[in-house]
Amino acid sequence: MMQTLRYVVSRDVLLAMRRRADVATTLFFFVIVASLFPLGVGPEPKLLRAMAPGILWVAALLASMLSLGRLFAEDYADGSLEQLALVPEPLALMVIGKVMAHWLVSGLPLVLISPVIALQFDLPAEAIVTLLLALLLGTPLLSLIGAIGAALTVGVRGGGVLISLLVLPLYVPVLIFGAGAVDASAMGMDASGHLSILGALLLLGMVLAPWATAAALRISLE
Amino acid sequence: MLEVSGLGCLRGERRLFSGVSFSLRPGGLIWIQGGNGSGKTTLLRTLCGLTQAMAGEVRWRGKTIQALDEDYRRELTYIGHANGLKEDLSAQENLLVAAHLAGQPASRAEVAGALHGIGLAGREHLPVKFLSQGQRRRAALARLRLAHPRTLWLLDEPFNALDTQAVAGMRQIMENHLGQGGMIALTTHQDVAIQAADAQTLRLDA
Repeated sequence: MMQTLRYVVSRDVLLAMRRRADVATTLFFFVIVASLFPLGVGPEPKLLRAMAPGILWVAALLASMLSLGRLFAEDYADGSLEQLALVPEPLALMVIGKVMAHWLVSGLPLVLISPVIALQFDLPAEAIVTLLLALLLGTPLLSLIGAIGAALTVGVRGGGVLISLLVLPLYVPVLIFGAGAVDASAMGMDASGHLSILGALLLLGMVLAPWATAAALRISLE
Repeated sequence: MLEVSGLGCLRGERRLFSGVSFSLRPGGLIWIQGGNGSGKTTLLRTLCGLTQAMAGEVRWRGKTIQALDEDYRRELTYIGHANGLKEDLSAQENLLVAAHLAGQPASRAEVAGALHGIGLAGREHLPVKFLSQGQRRRAALARLRLAHPRTLWLLDEPFNALDTQAVAGMRQIMENHLGQGGMIALTTHQDVAIQAADAQTLRLDA
Protein backbone atom coordinates (compact mmCIF):
# COMPACT_ATOMS: atom_id res chain seq x y z
CA MET A 1 0.00 0.00 0.00
CA MET A 2 2.78 2.43 1.00
CA GLN A 3 4.67 1.21 -2.04
CA THR A 4 1.80 2.19 -4.31
CA LEU A 5 1.49 5.58 -2.60
CA ARG A 6 5.19 6.17 -3.13
CA TYR A 7 4.89 5.37 -6.81
CA VAL A 8 1.98 7.75 -7.35
CA VAL A 9 3.84 10.57 -5.57
CA SER A 10 7.10 9.95 -7.39
CA ARG A 11 5.33 9.66 -10.75
CA ASP A 12 3.65 13.04 -10.32
CA VAL A 13 6.75 14.74 -8.96
CA LEU A 14 8.78 13.35 -11.85
CA LEU A 15 6.18 14.64 -14.31
CA ALA A 16 6.28 18.06 -12.68
CA MET A 17 10.07 18.07 -12.93
CA ARG A 18 9.78 17.37 -16.66
CA ARG A 19 7.61 20.47 -16.94
CA ARG A 20 9.30 22.94 -14.69
CA ALA A 21 7.53 25.85 -16.38
CA ASP A 22 4.24 24.81 -14.76
CA VAL A 23 5.82 24.68 -11.32
CA ALA A 24 7.50 28.04 -11.85
CA THR A 25 4.20 29.63 -12.94
CA THR A 26 2.62 28.98 -9.55
CA LEU A 27 5.62 30.27 -7.64
CA PHE A 28 6.06 33.36 -9.81
CA PHE A 29 2.38 34.17 -9.56
CA PHE A 30 2.66 34.15 -5.77
CA VAL A 31 5.79 36.26 -5.74
CA ILE A 32 4.46 38.77 -8.28
CA VAL A 33 1.03 39.25 -6.68
CA ALA A 34 2.56 39.65 -3.22
CA SER A 35 5.24 42.02 -4.53
CA LEU A 36 2.91 44.29 -6.51
CA PHE A 37 0.95 45.33 -3.44
CA PRO A 38 3.72 47.31 -1.75
CA LEU A 39 4.33 49.05 -5.08
CA GLY A 40 0.66 49.75 -5.59
CA VAL A 41 -0.42 50.98 -2.17
CA GLY A 42 2.77 52.88 -1.39
CA PRO A 43 5.58 52.30 1.07
CA GLU A 44 3.72 53.23 4.26
CA PRO A 45 5.15 50.66 6.76
CA LYS A 46 2.15 50.69 9.11
CA LEU A 47 -0.30 50.11 6.30
CA LEU A 48 1.81 47.37 4.76
CA ARG A 49 2.24 45.60 8.07
CA ALA A 50 -1.51 45.65 8.63
CA MET A 51 -2.27 44.29 5.17
CA ALA A 52 0.50 41.73 4.93
CA PRO A 53 -1.24 38.66 6.43
CA GLY A 54 -4.29 39.06 4.23
CA ILE A 55 -2.34 39.74 1.05
CA LEU A 56 0.09 36.88 1.55
CA TRP A 57 -2.71 34.44 2.26
CA VAL A 58 -4.87 35.55 -0.65
CA ALA A 59 -1.86 35.30 -2.96
CA ALA A 60 -1.06 31.79 -1.69
CA LEU A 61 -4.67 30.76 -2.09
CA LEU A 62 -4.93 32.00 -5.67
CA ALA A 63 -1.56 30.53 -6.59
CA SER A 64 -2.61 27.15 -5.26
CA MET A 65 -5.84 27.33 -7.24
CA LEU A 66 -3.93 28.14 -10.42
CA SER A 67 -2.46 24.66 -10.62
CA LEU A 68 -5.62 22.79 -9.60
CA GLY A 69 -6.96 22.50 -13.13
CA ARG A 70 -4.05 20.25 -14.06
CA LEU A 71 -4.42 17.93 -11.08
CA PHE A 72 -6.65 15.39 -12.82
CA ALA A 73 -7.36 16.92 -16.24
CA GLU A 74 -4.26 15.59 -18.00
CA ASP A 75 -4.58 12.13 -16.50
CA TYR A 76 -8.19 12.11 -17.62
CA ALA A 77 -7.35 13.16 -21.17
CA ASP A 78 -4.59 10.60 -21.76
CA GLY A 79 -6.40 7.71 -20.13
CA SER A 80 -4.09 7.28 -17.17
CA LEU A 81 -6.87 8.24 -14.75
CA GLU A 82 -8.77 5.12 -15.84
CA GLN A 83 -5.66 3.09 -15.19
CA LEU A 84 -5.27 4.66 -11.73
CA ALA A 85 -8.90 3.81 -10.99
CA LEU A 86 -8.15 0.19 -11.92
CA VAL A 87 -5.13 -0.13 -9.63
CA PRO A 88 -5.93 -2.85 -7.09
CA GLU A 89 -5.84 -0.39 -4.20
CA PRO A 90 -8.51 2.05 -3.01
CA LEU A 91 -8.89 5.03 -5.33
CA ALA A 92 -8.65 7.31 -2.28
CA LEU A 93 -5.03 6.16 -1.90
CA MET A 94 -4.26 7.33 -5.45
CA VAL A 95 -5.89 10.64 -4.56
CA ILE A 96 -3.74 11.00 -1.43
CA GLY A 97 -0.66 10.38 -3.55
CA LYS A 98 -1.65 12.92 -6.17
CA VAL A 99 -2.54 15.54 -3.56
CA MET A 100 0.78 15.00 -1.79
CA ALA A 101 2.61 15.47 -5.07
CA HIS A 102 0.55 18.57 -5.83
CA TRP A 103 1.46 20.05 -2.47
CA LEU A 104 5.16 19.21 -2.83
CA VAL A 105 5.22 20.89 -6.21
CA SER A 106 2.94 23.88 -5.74
CA GLY A 107 2.46 24.32 -1.98
CA LEU A 108 5.84 23.71 -0.41
CA PRO A 109 7.74 26.19 -2.62
CA LEU A 110 5.28 28.93 -1.54
CA VAL A 111 5.83 28.07 2.11
CA LEU A 112 9.58 28.20 1.69
CA ILE A 113 9.64 31.52 -0.13
CA SER A 114 7.04 33.23 2.06
CA PRO A 115 9.53 34.55 4.71
CA VAL A 116 11.37 36.45 1.98
CA ILE A 117 8.14 37.96 0.70
CA ALA A 118 7.09 38.78 4.27
CA LEU A 119 10.21 40.93 4.67
CA GLN A 120 8.87 43.27 2.01
CA PHE A 121 5.95 44.00 4.33
CA ASP A 122 8.20 44.63 7.31
CA LEU A 123 6.56 41.90 9.39
CA PRO A 124 8.16 41.25 12.80
CA ALA A 125 10.18 38.07 13.18
CA GLU A 126 7.57 36.24 15.31
CA ALA A 127 4.90 37.00 12.72
CA ILE A 128 7.10 35.55 9.97
CA VAL A 129 7.55 32.35 11.95
CA THR A 130 3.79 32.18 12.47
CA LEU A 131 3.23 32.80 8.76
CA LEU A 132 5.54 29.92 7.94
CA LEU A 133 3.74 27.59 10.36
CA ALA A 134 0.29 28.71 9.21
CA LEU A 135 1.18 28.19 5.55
CA LEU A 136 2.72 24.82 6.40
CA LEU A 137 -0.61 23.74 7.90
CA GLY A 138 -2.80 25.60 5.45
CA THR A 139 -1.36 24.86 2.02
CA PRO A 140 -1.82 21.05 2.24
CA LEU A 141 -5.40 21.79 3.21
CA LEU A 142 -5.78 23.98 0.11
CA SER A 143 -4.52 21.08 -2.04
CA LEU A 144 -6.89 18.63 -0.32
CA ILE A 145 -9.95 20.85 -0.74
CA GLY A 146 -8.93 21.80 -4.26
CA ALA A 147 -8.72 18.13 -5.25
CA ILE A 148 -12.45 17.73 -4.58
CA GLY A 149 -13.23 20.60 -6.94
CA ALA A 150 -10.77 19.34 -9.54
CA ALA A 151 -12.30 15.86 -9.42
CA LEU A 152 -15.84 17.19 -9.79
CA THR A 153 -14.96 19.26 -12.83
CA VAL A 154 -12.71 16.78 -14.60
CA GLY A 155 -13.77 16.45 -18.22
CA VAL A 156 -16.08 19.47 -17.96
CA ARG A 157 -15.50 22.27 -20.45
CA GLY A 158 -14.73 25.59 -18.77
CA GLY A 159 -13.92 23.64 -15.64
CA GLY A 160 -11.47 26.30 -14.48
CA VAL A 161 -14.17 28.80 -13.56
CA LEU A 162 -16.28 26.09 -12.03
CA ILE A 163 -13.42 24.94 -9.80
CA SER A 164 -13.06 28.46 -8.42
CA LEU A 165 -16.76 28.67 -7.67
CA LEU A 166 -16.79 25.28 -5.98
CA VAL A 167 -13.59 25.61 -4.05
CA LEU A 168 -13.38 29.25 -2.97
CA PRO A 169 -16.16 29.06 -0.35
CA LEU A 170 -14.37 26.10 1.21
CA TYR A 171 -11.09 28.01 1.19
CA VAL A 172 -12.57 30.82 3.29
CA PRO A 173 -12.06 29.20 6.72
CA VAL A 174 -8.43 28.47 5.83
CA LEU A 175 -7.98 32.09 4.79
CA ILE A 176 -9.61 33.46 7.94
CA PHE A 177 -7.66 31.36 10.42
CA GLY A 178 -4.44 31.51 8.41
CA ALA A 179 -4.44 35.29 8.11
CA GLY A 180 -5.81 35.54 11.67
CA ALA A 181 -2.82 33.67 13.04
CA VAL A 182 -0.34 36.00 11.37
CA ASP A 183 -2.39 39.04 12.41
CA ALA A 184 -2.45 37.97 16.04
CA SER A 185 1.26 37.30 15.99
CA ALA A 186 2.03 40.66 14.37
CA MET A 187 0.13 42.38 17.16
CA GLY A 188 2.13 40.51 19.77
CA MET A 189 -0.65 38.11 20.73
CA ASP A 190 -0.59 34.34 20.96
CA ALA A 191 -1.38 32.67 17.62
CA SER A 192 -1.59 29.10 18.90
CA GLY A 193 -5.39 29.15 18.92
CA HIS A 194 -5.58 29.96 15.22
CA LEU A 195 -2.86 27.45 14.42
CA SER A 196 -4.66 24.72 16.39
CA ILE A 197 -7.83 25.33 14.42
CA LEU A 198 -5.86 25.17 11.16
CA GLY A 199 -4.31 21.91 12.35
CA ALA A 200 -7.73 20.52 13.22
CA LEU A 201 -9.08 21.55 9.81
CA LEU A 202 -6.09 19.86 8.17
CA LEU A 203 -6.79 16.60 10.02
CA LEU A 204 -10.44 16.78 9.05
CA GLY A 205 -9.45 17.45 5.44
CA MET A 206 -6.99 14.55 5.42
CA VAL A 207 -9.73 12.17 6.49
CA LEU A 208 -12.62 13.43 4.40
CA ALA A 209 -11.18 15.00 1.24
CA PRO A 210 -9.50 11.92 -0.34
CA TRP A 211 -12.66 9.95 0.14
CA ALA A 212 -14.86 12.69 -1.35
CA THR A 213 -12.39 13.19 -4.22
CA ALA A 214 -12.36 9.47 -5.02
CA ALA A 215 -16.16 9.41 -5.10
CA ALA A 216 -16.20 12.45 -7.41
CA LEU A 217 -13.63 10.83 -9.72
CA ARG A 218 -15.68 7.66 -10.00
CA ILE A 219 -18.64 9.75 -11.13
CA SER A 220 -16.51 11.72 -13.60
CA LEU A 221 -15.07 8.52 -15.06
CA GLU A 222 -18.46 6.95 -15.82
CA MET B 1 -14.69 -17.52 -15.00
CA LEU B 2 -16.41 -14.35 -16.09
CA GLU B 3 -20.19 -14.46 -16.28
CA VAL B 4 -22.25 -11.64 -17.66
CA SER B 5 -26.01 -11.81 -17.39
CA GLY B 6 -28.64 -9.46 -18.72
CA LEU B 7 -26.27 -6.51 -18.87
CA GLY B 8 -27.79 -3.23 -20.04
CA CYS B 9 -26.38 0.26 -20.34
CA LEU B 10 -27.76 3.72 -20.98
CA ARG B 11 -25.90 6.64 -22.49
CA GLY B 12 -27.83 9.76 -21.61
CA GLU B 13 -31.42 8.95 -22.57
CA ARG B 14 -30.52 6.37 -25.16
CA ARG B 15 -30.34 2.66 -24.57
CA LEU B 16 -26.98 1.42 -25.82
CA PHE B 17 -27.50 -2.27 -25.35
CA SER B 18 -29.53 -4.51 -23.14
CA GLY B 19 -29.77 -8.16 -22.27
CA VAL B 20 -26.11 -8.89 -23.00
CA SER B 21 -25.22 -12.29 -21.58
CA PHE B 22 -22.19 -14.48 -22.07
CA SER B 23 -19.65 -16.38 -20.08
CA LEU B 24 -15.92 -16.64 -20.56
CA ARG B 25 -14.00 -19.72 -19.44
CA PRO B 26 -10.24 -20.08 -19.05
CA GLY B 27 -8.76 -20.06 -22.54
CA GLY B 28 -11.84 -18.29 -23.86
CA LEU B 29 -11.93 -15.35 -26.21
CA ILE B 30 -14.84 -13.07 -26.95
CA TRP B 31 -14.98 -10.64 -29.86
CA ILE B 32 -17.26 -7.73 -29.22
CA GLN B 33 -18.43 -6.37 -32.54
CA GLY B 34 -20.71 -3.60 -33.59
CA GLY B 35 -20.80 -0.32 -35.50
CA ASN B 36 -19.54 2.99 -34.18
CA GLY B 37 -21.51 4.07 -31.15
CA SER B 38 -22.99 0.66 -30.52
CA GLY B 39 -21.54 0.57 -27.01
CA LYS B 40 -18.47 -1.63 -27.37
CA THR B 41 -16.28 0.61 -25.26
CA THR B 42 -19.05 1.12 -22.70
CA LEU B 43 -19.45 -2.64 -22.43
CA LEU B 44 -15.72 -3.12 -21.82
CA ARG B 45 -15.71 -0.32 -19.25
CA THR B 46 -18.68 -1.95 -17.54
CA LEU B 47 -16.77 -5.22 -17.45
CA CYS B 48 -13.89 -3.35 -15.74
CA GLY B 49 -16.24 -1.79 -13.23
CA LEU B 50 -15.49 1.75 -14.41
CA THR B 51 -19.06 2.25 -15.61
CA GLN B 52 -22.08 1.12 -13.63
CA ALA B 53 -24.55 -1.09 -15.46
CA MET B 54 -28.21 -0.05 -15.53
CA ALA B 55 -29.33 -3.66 -15.50
CA GLY B 56 -27.79 -7.07 -15.06
CA GLU B 57 -24.56 -8.05 -13.39
CA VAL B 58 -21.01 -9.14 -14.00
CA ARG B 59 -19.69 -12.03 -11.94
CA TRP B 60 -16.10 -13.15 -11.55
CA ARG B 61 -15.56 -16.62 -10.08
CA GLY B 62 -19.14 -16.56 -8.84
CA LYS B 63 -19.12 -13.20 -7.07
CA THR B 64 -20.20 -9.83 -8.42
CA ILE B 65 -17.32 -7.57 -9.36
CA GLN B 66 -18.67 -4.84 -7.04
CA ALA B 67 -18.33 -7.23 -4.10
CA LEU B 68 -14.83 -8.32 -5.15
CA ASP B 69 -13.68 -4.78 -5.94
CA GLU B 70 -9.87 -4.76 -5.47
CA ASP B 71 -9.61 -8.55 -5.70
CA TYR B 72 -11.20 -8.36 -9.14
CA ARG B 73 -8.97 -5.49 -10.24
CA ARG B 74 -5.97 -7.56 -9.19
CA GLU B 75 -6.87 -10.07 -11.91
CA LEU B 76 -7.58 -7.84 -14.84
CA THR B 77 -5.70 -5.74 -17.32
CA TYR B 78 -7.61 -3.14 -19.27
CA ILE B 79 -6.14 -1.33 -22.22
CA GLY B 80 -8.53 1.35 -23.27
CA HIS B 81 -8.98 3.49 -26.30
CA ALA B 82 -6.62 6.03 -24.76
CA ASN B 83 -3.15 4.64 -24.25
CA GLY B 84 -2.76 5.83 -20.67
CA LEU B 85 0.80 6.99 -21.32
CA LYS B 86 2.29 10.18 -19.95
CA GLU B 87 3.72 12.22 -22.83
CA ASP B 88 6.64 13.60 -20.83
CA LEU B 89 7.84 10.21 -19.63
CA SER B 90 9.66 7.70 -21.79
CA ALA B 91 8.06 4.41 -22.76
CA GLN B 92 10.27 2.65 -20.23
CA GLU B 93 9.30 4.99 -17.38
CA ASN B 94 5.64 4.71 -18.31
CA LEU B 95 5.80 0.95 -18.28
CA LEU B 96 7.75 0.80 -15.01
CA VAL B 97 5.23 3.04 -13.25
CA ALA B 98 2.28 1.14 -14.72
CA ALA B 99 3.71 -2.20 -13.62
CA HIS B 100 4.44 -1.02 -10.10
CA LEU B 101 1.04 0.60 -9.69
CA ALA B 102 -0.62 -2.55 -10.92
CA GLY B 103 1.12 -4.35 -8.06
CA GLN B 104 3.34 -6.36 -10.42
CA PRO B 105 6.78 -4.88 -9.82
CA ALA B 106 8.97 -5.37 -12.86
CA SER B 107 12.69 -4.81 -13.10
CA ARG B 108 14.21 -2.44 -15.64
CA ALA B 109 15.48 -5.43 -17.59
CA GLU B 110 12.02 -7.00 -17.77
CA VAL B 111 10.53 -3.73 -18.95
CA ALA B 112 13.26 -3.28 -21.54
CA GLY B 113 12.65 -6.85 -22.68
CA ALA B 114 8.93 -6.21 -23.09
CA LEU B 115 9.61 -3.05 -25.13
CA HIS B 116 12.16 -4.87 -27.30
CA GLY B 117 9.70 -7.67 -27.85
CA ILE B 118 7.06 -5.28 -29.13
CA GLY B 119 9.45 -3.55 -31.49
CA LEU B 120 10.40 -0.42 -29.60
CA ALA B 121 14.07 -1.26 -29.22
CA GLY B 122 16.19 1.88 -29.28
CA ARG B 123 13.22 4.12 -28.50
CA GLU B 124 12.57 3.10 -24.92
CA HIS B 125 14.17 6.25 -23.51
CA LEU B 126 12.45 8.71 -25.83
CA PRO B 127 9.62 10.74 -24.28
CA VAL B 128 6.34 9.34 -25.54
CA LYS B 129 5.44 12.66 -27.17
CA PHE B 130 8.08 11.95 -29.82
CA LEU B 131 6.60 8.56 -30.72
CA SER B 132 4.15 7.94 -33.56
CA GLN B 133 0.59 6.78 -32.88
CA GLY B 134 1.50 3.20 -33.73
CA GLN B 135 4.54 3.28 -31.48
CA ARG B 136 2.47 4.68 -28.62
CA ARG B 137 -0.02 1.88 -29.06
CA ARG B 138 2.84 -0.59 -28.96
CA ALA B 139 4.16 1.00 -25.77
CA ALA B 140 0.72 0.68 -24.16
CA LEU B 141 0.37 -2.93 -25.28
CA ALA B 142 3.84 -3.76 -23.97
CA ARG B 143 2.18 -4.11 -20.55
CA LEU B 144 0.75 -7.38 -21.80
CA ARG B 145 4.26 -8.73 -22.37
CA LEU B 146 5.43 -8.26 -18.80
CA ALA B 147 6.25 -11.31 -16.79
CA HIS B 148 3.15 -11.64 -14.61
CA PRO B 149 0.12 -11.25 -16.81
CA ARG B 150 -3.32 -10.92 -15.28
CA THR B 151 -5.90 -13.56 -16.01
CA LEU B 152 -8.47 -11.38 -17.72
CA TRP B 153 -7.55 -9.01 -20.52
CA LEU B 154 -10.05 -6.41 -21.63
CA LEU B 155 -8.73 -4.77 -24.78
CA ASP B 156 -10.39 -1.89 -26.55
CA GLU B 157 -9.32 -1.78 -30.20
CA PRO B 158 -5.87 -3.19 -29.44
CA PHE B 159 -4.86 -3.29 -33.10
CA ASN B 160 -5.60 0.36 -33.78
CA ALA B 161 -2.72 2.14 -35.54
CA LEU B 162 -0.56 -1.01 -35.50
CA ASP B 163 1.22 -2.20 -38.63
CA THR B 164 0.81 -5.78 -39.86
CA GLN B 165 4.00 -6.93 -38.16
CA ALA B 166 2.89 -5.60 -34.79
CA VAL B 167 -0.57 -7.10 -35.26
CA ALA B 168 1.04 -10.50 -35.88
CA GLY B 169 3.14 -10.06 -32.73
CA MET B 170 0.11 -9.15 -30.66
CA ARG B 171 -1.77 -12.13 -32.03
CA GLN B 172 1.05 -14.34 -30.86
CA ILE B 173 0.95 -12.82 -27.37
CA MET B 174 -2.80 -13.27 -27.17
CA GLU B 175 -2.64 -16.88 -28.31
CA ASN B 176 0.03 -17.61 -25.68
CA HIS B 177 -2.14 -16.01 -23.04
CA LEU B 178 -5.16 -18.05 -24.06
CA GLY B 179 -3.01 -21.18 -24.15
CA GLN B 180 -2.04 -20.58 -20.52
CA GLY B 181 -5.67 -20.38 -19.44
CA GLY B 182 -6.11 -16.63 -19.77
CA MET B 183 -9.27 -14.92 -20.94
CA ILE B 184 -9.62 -12.09 -23.42
CA ALA B 185 -12.50 -9.82 -24.32
CA LEU B 186 -11.70 -7.47 -27.15
CA THR B 187 -13.30 -5.07 -29.56
CA THR B 188 -11.88 -4.57 -32.99
CA HIS B 189 -12.80 -3.53 -36.49
CA GLN B 190 -9.90 -5.42 -37.97
CA ASP B 191 -10.08 -9.00 -39.10
CA VAL B 192 -7.42 -10.79 -37.12
CA ALA B 193 -7.55 -14.56 -36.90
CA ILE B 194 -6.71 -15.52 -33.33
CA GLN B 195 -6.56 -19.22 -32.58
CA ALA B 196 -8.61 -19.95 -29.49
CA ALA B 197 -10.02 -23.13 -28.05
CA ASP B 198 -13.22 -21.33 -27.21
CA ALA B 199 -13.99 -18.27 -29.33
CA GLN B 200 -17.31 -16.46 -29.34
CA THR B 201 -18.60 -13.39 -31.11
CA LEU B 202 -20.97 -10.86 -29.61
CA ARG B 203 -22.75 -8.44 -31.92
CA LEU B 204 -24.04 -5.39 -30.14
CA ASP B 205 -26.11 -3.72 -32.82
CA ALA B 206 -27.98 -6.84 -33.80
